[in-house]
Amino acid sequence: MAAATASRSGLRSALPLLAPAYLWLTVAIFLPLSAMVFFSFMTELPLSGRPWAFTLGNYAAFFSQSLYLTLLLASLRLGLEVTLWCIVIGYPAAYVLAKVLKGRSREAIFLLVILPFWSNGLVRIFSWAMVLREGGILDTALNAVLPFKINIDLMYSYPAVIIGLVHSYVPYMVLTCYLTLQAIDDSLIEAGRSLGASRLQVLKRVIIPLSMPGLVAGAALIFVPVVGSFMEPRILGGRTGTFYGTVIEDQFVAVFNWPLGAALSFILLAVVLVILAVASPVLRRAA
Amino acid sequence: MRMPDLTALLTATAVFTSALAFAAKADEVHVLNWKGYGADEPWAVEAFEKATGNKVVNDFFNSEQEMLTKIRTNPGLYDVVMINAAFNDQAMDGKLIQPIDVSKLPNYADISKDKAGSPMLVHDGKVYGVPWVWGLTALAINDKSFDKPPTSIAEMWDAAHKGRVVIRDDAVEAVQFGAIATGQNINDIKDMDAVKAKLTSLMPQIKTFWSSENDWNQMVASNQIDIGTYWSGSADRAKTHFKLPVSLVVPQEGAVAWLDAFSIPVGAKNVAGAEAFINYMIDPKFYVEWVTKVGAPVSANTKAVEALPEDAFNRKVMGDPEVAKRIQFQAPITDAQREAYLALWQQLKVDVK
Repeated sequence: MAAATASRSGLRSALPLLAPAYLWLTVAIFLPLSAMVFFSFMTELPLSGRPWAFTLGNYAAFFSQSLYLTLLLASLRLGLEVTLWCIVIGYPAAYVLAKVLKGRSREAIFLLVILPFWSNGLVRIFSWAMVLREGGILDTALNAVLPFKINIDLMYSYPAVIIGLVHSYVPYMVLTCYLTLQAIDDSLIEAGRSLGASRLQVLKRVIIPLSMPGLVAGAALIFVPVVGSFMEPRILGGRTGTFYGTVIEDQFVAVFNWPLGAALSFILLAVVLVILAVASPVLRRAA
Repeated sequence: MRMPDLTALLTATAVFTSALAFAAKADEVHVLNWKGYGADEPWAVEAFEKATGNKVVNDFFNSEQEMLTKIRTNPGLYDVVMINAAFNDQAMDGKLIQPIDVSKLPNYADISKDKAGSPMLVHDGKVYGVPWVWGLTALAINDKSFDKPPTSIAEMWDAAHKGRVVIRDDAVEAVQFGAIATGQNINDIKDMDAVKAKLTSLMPQIKTFWSSENDWNQMVASNQIDIGTYWSGSADRAKTHFKLPVSLVVPQEGAVAWLDAFSIPVGAKNVAGAEAFINYMIDPKFYVEWVTKVGAPVSANTKAVEALPEDAFNRKVMGDPEVAKRIQFQAPITDAQREAYLALWQQLKVDVK
C-alpha cells in the first residue's frame, strides 16, 4: 500500500517533467503523422478544395505496378549495403577510440568522427560531388601522384550513392559501438588472453558478443533512414539514382499527389517495421 | 502574470496576427510565381513600388499543381498569378481566375497577335491570361564537344556521346521530347509505344537527369556533358552571364514551346494594383533590364523584343521565322494524361537501373 502510494506520487511529481516531451511528441509527430494516414486513404487532398472520398486506391497502386516493388527492393538492398559498410568502417574506429586511444588524442579523433554531424547534409553531398566527378578532386589528386594515367569518374553512379550515405551515417555506428565497447571491462579481455585465447578468439568470443547491443542499435539507426533516403541518390546517383525515396519525394514535390506519396511512405514504414520485428528475436539472442 | 491577463494577451496576439495574415491591405499586390522568375527581382519590385505606391508581396510555388491548390485554398489572398498557358483552361474551369479588362493595360496592345489571341488564354472573347514570356525546351550543346553544332535531335542517340547526355527529370517534358523525336505532334501523341521505344533507347546514353539550371551549368563548367535538353532562356543565361561554352540548338525535327501568362484570381482584393503590376511586367523597360541584368525568356510584347539589341539571342535566334515554323506550343493536358506520362517516365527510370 505504502509502496503504491509512493510510486503514484512519484509519477505525479514526474508529470511536469514528462509533459513537455509528450506534448511535443503529440503536436510535432503524432498529429502530422495521423493526418498523413488520413490523407493516404483519400482520392484528393482535402486542402485542394476539390471533392474527395475515401479510397484504398493509393495502396492498391503499389501492388498494381511492379515498379514500386522493384524500387522498394532496390532501396532495401541499398540500406543493407550502407549498413554493412558502416559496420566495416565504424566498428574498428569505435574499438580504437574505446580501447586504444586515451586522453587528448581520443578527444581529437572523437571530434573528427562527430564533425560531419555539424555540417549541413546538402553541403556534404555537394562536396562529394566535387570530389567524385571526372576531373574532380580525387581524380586530379590521384593523377598528380600516380605515374600512370587513371580515369576516376564515380559521380552519378551507385558507388557514389553508397559513399555519400556511408559518410553521412557512419558516425551513428561509431557512437553506439563506442558506448558499448567502452563499457567492456578490460579485465575480461585480459582474463581471456591469460587463459590462452588468441587475439582473434578474444574478439570473437568476448568483444563482439559484449558489444552486440551497440552494433544492433547502430544498424537499426542507419538502416531505417537509408531505405527512405532521397537526397543522396538524387544528387549523386544520376541515372541510377531512382529509389523508393525519390519516388515518394516526386509525389509530394513534383506532381503534388500527397495521398499517393503518403500511402507509399506508410507501406515503407510497414515493411521496415516487419523487417525489424522479424529480425529482433534473432538480434536479441545475439545481443 | 495573472491568468486573465495571459488569456487577453494571447487573444489579442491571435487576433492581431490573423488580421495581418488574412486582411491583405488595399495597396498590396500579392503575386504568386516561380521563385527567381522576374516578378521577384528586387530592382523590379522597387521600381514598381516607387511608380505606383503599391507594395509587392511575393509568394512562390514548386509545381503547377501546387499553384492551383494555393489559389483554390486561399481565395482573395492573391492578386496576380503566373500560369503556364497550358494550365489556364484548368484554372478557368475551376472558376479560379477572372476575365481581365485589358483596356486598363496600355502595354497589352503591343503583345503579338498570335499570343494575345491564343485560344488557351481567350475564352468567349474574354481574356483570362495576359501573355508574358515564351521560350523553348530545345537542345543545348557543350561547344567544346562539337566542331559545328548538330542540326538533328538524333545527335542525342549518337554512340559518341554515350554517358554524356542529359535530360530533365520531368515526365511531361520527356514524353513530349520523345514525340518530337518520333515525328509526332506533342499535343496529340498517337503512337505512345514509339515514344516509349525511342526513350528506352536513349536511357543508356544518359549521364543524369537534371532538375535545375544550376545542375546543367555545373556539368558544362566541369566538361562532363556534351548535349542535353535545356530551356532557351537558361541557355542564353549560361552563355551571356556565366560565360559558359553553351549554345542552343533548335533541331530540324522541332522543339517544345511554352507560353507563360499572368492572370487575376477570382476575389482578388486589389484588381487595380494587379492590372498595374501585369502592365509593368510586360513593359519594354522592365524586360530589357531583366534580359540585361539576369537573362530571360522571350517577351510576348513585340515592342519589348524590338527594344533589345539587334544581335540579342532573344531577338536573333528566337525571332527567326525559320525557328517559328519548327516549334510546337504546349497545349493543355488532362490529369489522366499527366498520370500516364508519369507512369511511363518512372518505368523508364526504373528499367535503366
